[in-house]
Amino acid sequence: MEMQASKIMISNKKINLNIKEKVSYFAIYLAAILTLVALISIIGYVLMNGVKHIDFNFFIQEPSSMGRKGGIFSIIVGTIYLTLVSIAIATPIGVAAAIYLTEYAKETKLVKIIRFGTETLAGIPSIIFGLFGFVFFVILLGFRWSILSGGLTLAIMILPTLIRTTEESLKTVPQSFREGSLALGATKWQTIIKVVLPSSISGILTGLILGIGRAVGETAAVMLTAGSSLGLPMSIMDPTRTMSVHLYILASEGLSKEKTFATATVLIIFVVLINFSANILANKYMKRTKIEA
Amino acid sequence: MKKYEKAIEMILFISATIATLSVFLITFFIFKEGLPILLEYGILNFVFGANWAPTNGSYGALPMIIGSVSVTVGALIIGVPMGIACAIFLAEIAPTPLVKLFKPAVELLAGIPSVVYGFFGLSVIVPMIRTYILPIAQKFNSDAFTTGYSILGGAIILAVMILPTIINISENSIRAVPNEYKQGSLALGASQFDTISKVIVPAAKSGIITSVVLGMGRAVGETMAVILITGNMPKIPGSPLDSVATMTGTIAMEMGYASPMHQRALFATGIILFVFIMLLNVTATFTTRKLGRG
Repeated sequence: MEMQASKIMISNKKINLNIKEKVSYFAIYLAAILTLVALISIIGYVLMNGVKHIDFNFFIQEPSSMGRKGGIFSIIVGTIYLTLVSIAIATPIGVAAAIYLTEYAKETKLVKIIRFGTETLAGIPSIIFGLFGFVFFVILLGFRWSILSGGLTLAIMILPTLIRTTEESLKTVPQSFREGSLALGATKWQTIIKVVLPSSISGILTGLILGIGRAVGETAAVMLTAGSSLGLPMSIMDPTRTMSVHLYILASEGLSKEKTFATATVLIIFVVLINFSANILANKYMKRTKIEA
Repeated sequence: MKKYEKAIEMILFISATIATLSVFLITFFIFKEGLPILLEYGILNFVFGANWAPTNGSYGALPMIIGSVSVTVGALIIGVPMGIACAIFLAEIAPTPLVKLFKPAVELLAGIPSVVYGFFGLSVIVPMIRTYILPIAQKFNSDAFTTGYSILGGAIILAVMILPTIINISENSIRAVPNEYKQGSLALGASQFDTISKVIVPAAKSGIITSVVLGMGRAVGETMAVILITGNMPKIPGSPLDSVATMTGTIAMEMGYASPMHQRALFATGIILFVFIMLLNVTATFTTRKLGRG
């Protein structure tokens, strides 16, 4: 009798455990599915409502009546201008920093501080960058709300990403490449320029593309440093409005549903393209490491 | 030739210091602009003052601090279990082809600009809370009211936004658990589920904690999504359906038209936000170091 009871108890325990296991697996699958659903519904919602409002004119017309009518020509120009300025400033600094950290730096205290500082920079929220850019570039240096102020602020923001991806790709270059070049009598710098950098170019490009994505998507910091003027920017000292800022203003002020969805669609398509190309490039250098390692 | 090489090394070194110098510059200028008013008004008065009315010279940041904290806590309640579950799914359960499909999706989620999240929240989540959640709340409390612009709405969107951070870092730390642990557990007759819940997840604990801390930092610092969803009412909320103003949202909204004194008060708010984020970053660094040793 007793034996039977304990047997029943054991099997009950097993069933309970099984149920607990099944519920847990179910929750895990549910979480994974919900994540995909979130992504698909955000992109799908914007595209389904936006694509029909986009035509060729949307890209080549100036916005009129605060963005209620017309296209986003000056906004595209401003976005590209601002992005190019920030990339032009950040790329040489970021690549040089990564070269120093992987090829030259010894693990001294100073280098540790540099690494910690770079990590910290990556964690600072964009609104703080905006406040800093506003008081430093816009007011103190007198650059006013301009592409230059915005570009400099964005350059600092994308620096950690650039350094990290470049460092990672430099590390994938096999040590034997460097040794071979040095053995042939090349100096350290010649080795870096002619051997190491060319073989890590796809990694550097990945960082660059991710930086572009961040620059285009950034809103808060850009609004406080580059302004939100709708005019076509003629020089680096002109204020401008980027696509993200335009989307924010349209959405928060409820100016035009059509134009809001259309702008959001252009932004989303751009981001998807950026991600896609970064992925392809990243796969390229990942594959190379696999073969040569 | 030797001199030339040295000069180049110097240039590279200077480039490497720029990121760190920027951190110092940012810290210096935020404090320079915000600290005087913080001291003059009294740090405690500023942090615990319940009334934010900058046009009347009343700078109590408590409603915004509570706003930021409540939205962040909400985002963590939804986002952390989901993120960790996805990380376990990717690292231990899903077959490789599925992982290859899932990873780019997570990256894309990280790449979507915050203003797009905000716009989605504004036009989908906010009305949904008004039409579906409000009637449910009214069943329990007939006085319940919401415009839809709420803590809940902000928390839902922020939860999705912090998912990539939590998933990526947790997944990496789960994958870093030595294979022997898993094999040992399985060899002792434990099921896959027991191995995951009793061996792998505990071994990856510090990485998972890091991911949560970093996700928290992202949620606290997020601006454009919350600004469009939480309603920006600088009042102390009574329920998750109330609207709140966050620190980030208030800075971004009011900076454009603020008087010089008001601007300084916004910088002071920036200081509080900054200190908050720095504490989280330092915590994350420490937990990561622990992970490295373990």
